[in-house]
Amino acid sequence: MKYLVFLMLTPGLLMAQQYYPNAEVILQKVDDNLTSTTKVIESQMVIHGRRGSRTVSSKGYAQGFNTSFTEYLSPEREKGTKMLKLEDRLWIYSPSTDRTIQLSGHMLKQSVMGSDLSYEDMMETRKLTEMYNATVIGEETIDGRKTWVLELLAKVVDASYEKRRMWIDQVRFIPLQEELFAKSGQLLKKTVLSDVARIGARWYPKKINYKDMLKEGEGTDFIITDIQFDVNIPDYIFTKASLKK
Amino acid sequence: MKLAFQLAYKNLMGAGLRTWLNAGVLSFAFVVIIFYNGLIDGWNEQARIDGVNWAYGNGHLVHEAYDPFDPFSLQDGHGMLPEEMQGNLTPVFIQQATLYPQGRMLSVQLKGIDVNQTVVKLPTHLLDSSSAEFPVIIGKGMAASAKLNVGDQVLLRWRDRNGTFDAANVTISGIFETNVPFVDGGQLWMPIDKLWEMTGLTGHATYFIANDAYVPEESAGWKFESKEYLLRELTKIINMKKVSGSIIYLLLLSIGLLAIFDTQVLSIFRRQKEIGTYIALGMTRWQVVGLFTAEGSMYSFFATVLGCIYGIPLLAYMANKGFGMPLSADQSGLILAERIFPVYGAALIIGTIIVVVVSATIVSFLPARKIARMNPVEALKGKLQ
Repeated sequence: MKYLVFLMLTPGLLMAQQYYPNAEVILQKVDDNLTSTTKVIESQMVIHGRRGSRTVSSKGYAQGFNTSFTEYLSPEREKGTKMLKLEDRLWIYSPSTDRTIQLSGHMLKQSVMGSDLSYEDMMETRKLTEMYNATVIGEETIDGRKTWVLELLAKVVDASYEKRRMWIDQVRFIPLQEELFAKSGQLLKKTVLSDVARIGARWYPKKINYKDMLKEGEGTDFIITDIQFDVNIPDYIFTKASLKK
Repeated sequence: MKLAFQLAYKNLMGAGLRTWLNAGVLSFAFVVIIFYNGLIDGWNEQARIDGVNWAYGNGHLVHEAYDPFDPFSLQDGHGMLPEEMQGNLTPVFIQQATLYPQGRMLSVQLKGIDVNQTVVKLPTHLLDSSSAEFPVIIGKGMAASAKLNVGDQVLLRWRDRNGTFDAANVTISGIFETNVPFVDGGQLWMPIDKLWEMTGLTGHATYFIANDAYVPEESAGWKFESKEYLLRELTKIINMKKVSGSIIYLLLLSIGLLAIFDTQVLSIFRRQKEIGTYIALGMTRWQVVGLFTAEGSMYSFFATVLGCIYGIPLLAYMANKGFGMPLSADQSGLILAERIFPVYGAALIIGTIIVVVVSATIVSFLPARKIARMNPVEALKGKLQ
């Protein structure tokens, strides 16, 4: 009898497996949506704290994953602060002290402007497909949109997170939710992406909520007010000299 | 000379209150000098003992790339020392981590140490006796800032050798009380074997603590720092404090000496007939100068005696009960006990007496030189010169 049940279920199981598309293909499409040669972003970071929320606006220039430059535009206290990332090095210029400092070691663990993002979160330099092996583990609906649930396991030894779980929009191939895990399996961070918009040939989330799951609070919203992909950015932007300009 | 001192003693005793006012002011400077220096010496002695007992041992064998004043150096400032060179050394391995007490985020240093060590006073036996998977001990200061108690579990996040995040609950197995802030604030001590396992850096150490039997030897990539070298910052601060403190007691001493100087000038002005009489009776001018100088320097002897009368009980009380430091003092980053017990060495007391006597003698002699130029006849007549 049990053999009969097994034989009856086998085609169903095989069909279920075949129903899931190739996870690597999904991840490649996600990478295609999220990465670009260059991008210029104007954004607002809404930091939710115990005493209310505050908004920090900035303009950022990025070239691939390794090179970026960000200038903070408001509030007055942060205005003029600039940040330059070249490969694995990060410099911050503070106008109040007129000094540039290089962040390293434990300072990279500090949060950016009091947000749930640490400087080291900004130091990730590779595409998902280069760092993770992906498997589709299920299908869920988030805010009315069907998603593939992908489990990503690091295939390189130096990935910051050994395991990730992503909920990928089945049509737009944009992650709508992501969970980042420690080696021990402890959930460390959660990201919720929304306001997905068509920008040129790609889909892109215009609002991202980062939440450090080990900390209390509502996390930090990253809201994109304007974004341009594959634009020409002058080389001088990505130099230390531009920090003091 | 004996006559000079006898006369000086009688004159001073005859002056009554004026003498005791001068001696009183000088004795105050005398007591303050001894107390302040005793306090600094007490702090120095306590801090050195605490520093050696809690952190320095007989010195550190430090990885060349590690600089304790540069947190950037922690990432690469560790390595392996050949086993045969590890005799009489206790390894300490430091990694950075983030602690999440009550949903807050604290950047901490995770320090691995041999649980069986006895070279420093850290209660590492508590780590050995703990049944927790990740036992840690912390200082009282750290426990207060993170609001942690013994038995509490708190989430810790760290990175392994490849930079991958890992996280687990660590258990507070013990809280120790120390005056040494750099083994307390922002630090978690755990078994070094566990830290090696957590980071995948087995056998690595950032520095080694040497015991008394350790004989420094050359080892590539490592440098030996003696305890004197490790205490150099404290030595500098102590010396700086002594210099800055000397300004206060120089001021006090100056007031006392000024009083003696004024008294001498006044005495020589008012006692011209007496001076003339001494010379008329056969004393040379310089003997009279000596008499007046002896009078002035005798103030310092009186000050010493007076200082002893109220100073000995006061200083003994302070040495016994100690001097309470403000609560904020332990956040200064210096090795500073809650109470400092002054230490009064023989060299300090004898040195202070010599300083007071010599300076009082000098300020007494300066106005008395005028006597050597006096006309004895004019002096006998009491005429102003």
